[in-house]
Amino acid sequence: MRQLILIAGGSTLVYFMLALIMGVIPGFELSQTLPGPGVKPLTAIEAEGRDVYVSNGCSYCHTQQVRPLPEDKIFGRPSTAGDFAYQTPELLGSERTGPDLTNVAERRGSQLWQYIHLYNPRAVVPQSIMPSFAWMFRVVDKAPKGVTPVPLPKAFAPSSGVVIPSHKAEALVAYLMSLKQAPLPHAEGSEGAAAPSGASGGSAQTTAPKAAAQQAGGADIAHGKQLYDDNCAACHQATGTGMAGAFPPLKGNAVVNDADPTEHIHVVLFGLQGKAVDGVKYDSPMPAWGQQFSDKEIADIIDFERSAWGNHGKQITAADVAAVRAKGAGK
Amino acid sequence: MASLPNDDTATGAAENPELARLFAGYTISATAWLVFATFVALVLAYKFGAPDFGSGAWLTFGRLRPIHTNATFYGWASIALVGTAYYVAARSCRTRLYSIRLGWVGLWLFNLAALLGTIALDLGYNSGDLEYREWPWPIRVIFAAALVVTAVNLLATVARRSTDDIYLSNWYIMGGVLWTVIIATVGILPWYQYGLGQVAVSGFYMHNAVGLWFTPLALGIFYYALPKLLSRPIYSYALGILAFWTNLLFYPIIGSHHFLFSPLPWWLQTTAIVFSVAMLVPVWGGSANFLLTMRGRFGEVAHSYPLGFILIGVVGYLVGSTQGTLEAFRSLQQVWHLTSFTVGHSHLTMYGFVTFAIWGGIYALLPAATGKQAGRLGMAAHFWLAVVGSFIYVIAMSIGGTIQGLDWVQGKPFIQSVIDIGPFYVWRGVGGILMFLSHLVFAWNVWRMTLGHGAGSTVQPAPLAAEAA
Repeated sequence: MRQLILIAGGSTLVYFMLALIMGVIPGFELSQTLPGPGVKPLTAIEAEGRDVYVSNGCSYCHTQQVRPLPEDKIFGRPSTAGDFAYQTPELLGSERTGPDLTNVAERRGSQLWQYIHLYNPRAVVPQSIMPSFAWMFRVVDKAPKGVTPVPLPKAFAPSSGVVIPSHKAEALVAYLMSLKQAPLPHAEGSEGAAAPSGASGGSAQTTAPKAAAQQAGGADIAHGKQLYDDNCAACHQATGTGMAGAFPPLKGNAVVNDADPTEHIHVVLFGLQGKAVDGVKYDSPMPAWGQQFSDKEIADIIDFERSAWGNHGKQITAADVAAVRAKGAGK
Repeated sequence: MASLPNDDTATGAAENPELARLFAGYTISATAWLVFATFVALVLAYKFGAPDFGSGAWLTFGRLRPIHTNATFYGWASIALVGTAYYVAARSCRTRLYSIRLGWVGLWLFNLAALLGTIALDLGYNSGDLEYREWPWPIRVIFAAALVVTAVNLLATVARRSTDDIYLSNWYIMGGVLWTVIIATVGILPWYQYGLGQVAVSGFYMHNAVGLWFTPLALGIFYYALPKLLSRPIYSYALGILAFWTNLLFYPIIGSHHFLFSPLPWWLQTTAIVFSVAMLVPVWGGSANFLLTMRGRFGEVAHSYPLGFILIGVVGYLVGSTQGTLEAFRSLQQVWHLTSFTVGHSHLTMYGFVTFAIWGGIYALLPAATGKQAGRLGMAAHFWLAVVGSFIYVIAMSIGGTIQGLDWVQGKPFIQSVIDIGPFYVWRGVGGILMFLSHLVFAWNVWRMTLGHGAGSTVQPAPLAAEAA
């Protein structure tokens, strides 16, 4: 009997202590982490959307943790402890079969885009392997008042009628639109306007010598293409053709080919809403990218856009971007 | 110390048809879950190439994926291991199982939990996408109840043993069940699981549920079945005890290596890395012990499929766990973390190690219990399909995952990593099909060893050499 008590009882006691030290006590302590500045609890509909997110297992393919590594920079600034204060259940995830969603509302700021993408991801990202969530939408003859039908490209639209989101889809998109990182106050204060967020500030530092060299010798168009593919192609498409009725084309776009780059820079820095593009009005807003990218990065993106798909706009430099940024959004 | 599961034919299973029936019941039930879980896996693998296949709420990827993992963990591996553990405990203690009835109660509870859990997940009742504890908590309470029933039964069986010493297998078996009761409880109670606190608990839970449940029970099978198949004692009993205590001391500390570079406290992440390295002690010690037990007799693998399965299981344990240590280094995790490399790793361990260990145990012990053999051809087909299939699976995910990680490091657009791993998803499917076919063959073999007509005549339990270390 003594042997049994020693082996079974002794090892269980040891394990119990270790479970306290490594699981329960850190759990208690970290549960009291205070929310970071600007981190807010979800609204009722956003919380409902998080339930949809959980019940359909979104976090098996999408993480919500940005690591302090250069490769994670495209997803936002590094996550801090305070970011997770209202995140129960925790949705950090363990795999990135798809991209991280910590800051998706900044990176894919258009609700319309989110609806199209949920209905069928391949309508906006041809190579995507994400499941279609068409079952969260309804096909009706005519959209009820106040509801915008999802502007699907022909190949993905039902043969008759229009597609409108169900309540589940609305809640889910409301949740996705809440996934926005609160800026870290100290980073903004110390970096100044030229390199606004902590993340891009850090990278601007590491790429500074390279950037300086390229400012003399011309733009880094390859880098611009990378940034474009990651951040812009979802709406404007890798072919620059946009999506009829939803997102304007950049190929042959008057602003992109204008010899005066001011407006082009302005739109990328500060976004655009409710203004006709080449005579067509679009419902979804163009997000502002000024907070996420340095002047140099924005110049690279713009130079890429101005030289791709047969465009031939005048090339610009980081200094041009800085000048427009300094004037502010009002101009 | 006793060095061999020195069982006595008088109280052996041949004389105890009730134990044999219980063992068979657990095995049949587990096999049904294996076939189900891996069928779901094929649907999942297919979706990587055909994402529009089976769209609709009930077949969506994010609901089927936890069904696959939980059915594998709690339907297949848990039930199969507990059934084998009952047999090993009763035989190595030279006694009857404390309660056959409790054994059946446990089996019903395990099945009830797994069935309700599967239905709940498919209806979208997922408890927070928290890996391996996705079932709503009342269902996890049923599973915990099954664990408690099992623990009581096993402890009471060991308490009434007719041997002087408690054989090493029972250390691992009793420990595994008792510790897992604690793990399950820690996972369920809510008071310390808010925000980042829950992240810490997730790291603890997801790793402990693997390493202090499946690992010790599978090792318990090795320590019993290997000496039995070879009629030779384990190489070093003392090394087995060292591995037992070091596994217990180191394993619970390493869970946070799932969250390196996260906002979890630095000390939690760093101790996890340090002890991931320390895990080499029990892993290499244990593996060396098994391989040295087989020293000079590796040729017999050609004649004994049970031995073959166990050998693969030991190699899977050694390679999979060592890989786990490497993955915990920050430099390597920077490339591999969050990629499909992790999926390869989890299959190398849960399949290459745990599942092969179970198969070896079942082929070695079930015929002795029921007196019915699986056919040699059936075992051969099972073995080779499973070995080749899992090899393709793990290699495909390891290479594909590495490419994914390097794409990210090089700053390529994210979608490029999705495109680049595409062909490896196809190869994973190829491996998966072979693995699934092997499970169908295994089901046929189980049928022959239990309810059907066995191959050949009634077998006597293998003779056991009795000696002390």
